[in-house]
Amino acid sequence: MPQDSRRVIVDIKGAAKHYGEGEARVDALRNLDLTVHAGEVVALLGPSGSGKTTLLNIIGCIIDPSEGQVSLDGEMVYDNRWLRGDLRRLRLDKIGFIFQAHNLLPFLNATDNVALVLQLAGKSRTQAQARAQELLDYLEVGHRARAMPAFLSGGEAQRVAIARALANSPRIILADEPTAALDSKRAGIVMDLMRKLATEQDACIIAVTHDEKILDRFDRLFHLRDGRLEDDKGDNT
Amino acid sequence: MNLAFRDVRHNLFRFILTCFGLGLLMTVVLAMMGIYNGLVSDALNIVKAPQADIWVVEADTQGPFAEASKIPNDTRDAVARLHGVAEAGSITYQTIEAPFQAATLRLYAIGYERGRMGGPQSIIAGRGLEASHFELVADAKAGMALGDTIILGRNRFTVVGLVRDTMNSGGDPAIFLTLADAQVLQTQLAPPAARVQAARGATATSGVTVAAVIARLDPNVDAQSVVQTVRQWKHLAALTQAEQEDILIKSVVDKARKQIGLFLGILLTVSAVVIALIIYTMTMEKLKQIATLKLIGAPDRTIIGLIVQQSLALGIVGLSLGLALILTVKDYFPRRVLLEPVNALALTGIILVVCVLASGLGVRAALKVDPATALGG
Repeated sequence: MPQDSRRVIVDIKGAAKHYGEGEARVDALRNLDLTVHAGEVVALLGPSGSGKTTLLNIIGCIIDPSEGQVSLDGEMVYDNRWLRGDLRRLRLDKIGFIFQAHNLLPFLNATDNVALVLQLAGKSRTQAQARAQELLDYLEVGHRARAMPAFLSGGEAQRVAIARALANSPRIILADEPTAALDSKRAGIVMDLMRKLATEQDACIIAVTHDEKILDRFDRLFHLRDGRLEDDKGDNT
Repeated sequence: MNLAFRDVRHNLFRFILTCFGLGLLMTVVLAMMGIYNGLVSDALNIVKAPQADIWVVEADTQGPFAEASKIPNDTRDAVARLHGVAEAGSITYQTIEAPFQAATLRLYAIGYERGRMGGPQSIIAGRGLEASHFELVADAKAGMALGDTIILGRNRFTVVGLVRDTMNSGGDPAIFLTLADAQVLQTQLAPPAARVQAARGATATSGVTVAAVIARLDPNVDAQSVVQTVRQWKHLAALTQAEQEDILIKSVVDKARKQIGLFLGILLTVSAVVIALIIYTMTMEKLKQIATLKLIGAPDRTIIGLIVQQSLALGIVGLSLGLALILTVKDYFPRRVLLEPVNALALTGIILVVCVLASGLGVRAALKVDPATALGG
């Protein structure tokens, strides 16, 4: 695979996550390895409770694994403990999130939802607004820049959410059911867009999905079963 | 980007409605503060108005406000001759009810000697008493206008002047009469009762008395020494102005003052709880948004700022509305509502502290939110 020669963005080794102790112990993830390269668009599949969201949360530095190592964009961030004190800053700099429900802040218009992330990262208001408008234009929702989220259609809101996820040019985009709220046509557009972003921004996209109509759009499919990860060839990782 | 302002602007109607509710609560708090101040001020105004240094009253009494006091009319001459006394005046106090324009007025009648101490200090309309009889100066709260007449006892009196903020501790507006008229009013019986007395061979009136003699001292004269001198007369007692004020506060208005003070404390506590609940509810409704903010990398100070700024805005706008409302309606209260700038400042300080403390509950809830809740699933 040509990806192997590309830069590794997400590298997880021996990650496990369990809750509780003794007989009450639940293993959400077991000894899991995952490597995703720049430009890759991969899917995490699996039944409910299989550990998809747990894995997404670990990559997003939202929950800590019980053991293992996590390296993001070439930086070891977890080695049996978090190596960075400020995980929110880490997320702000390296990770973009796309939610099933767009999760736009209802009191900010489309531009400000995108600009907020840039301002949090230290950009001036003018710079942030300009970049936000640029991203919205790129995602073809520039004409809705002043609209409040309540007045955006599902597709428009999702594209604004994608613009927000891309605002700081993250190297990792984590998407939780990004097309669940969209019809087939819109879902296809969003997937094309994510592929384009991954290629152009040299980022990787990891999406949790149940949406079978878009599975052929991913480079690799990872199946989670009982906390173990198998790629689309059925190999345990 | 100020998230608190944006959120308020997005839910403006709701914010204004909440502020209005809080404003009404603040109005009640400020009204209680004003009534509390008014009660104390009204009580003290009556004592302070004559600008006396000592009060000579009946022996073994704390008159004339805390207890009834009757002393002979000629006491004033004796007091005026004391060393160190610059001037003295006789004065009477009584509460009366009189019909006026189809209503019954409850009035606090003050009788004083024209040209001597004890009269109205500052007349806001009309003039002071010039005739020996049947004129009065009334507090504006009595509802009488210049030229109005009112029957007191058997005589018709004309209102010749108006004063402001002169009432007794019960809130009854004061009227000033000549001492002679006031004494007649005190002793004159209704015609049938007078006829009965006459038939029995009794006099209609007892000896002429006054409630107190007030005196102003020469500069540099020690009030206590004059008081001690008066106390040597066994039938009289004497109090300094400070003692008189102290008696009034402790004996006359103390219970009412404590009651209002307690009620004020309860109201402030209720306000604090209401503000805390509003802020907490506002925060709980935003938990998903706060989780999203955390997920996209917003630091805690941004989230704390969102909650605390909204809390402070709520408190300040609510307080401003309350202040505006009470200043608009305070003159319609039956009792005087006396608001001092220090009250508004004190309440502002209290509300700001309450808002910050109340937002602590919301901040605590917000900081505990797991950013993963934004992802769902």
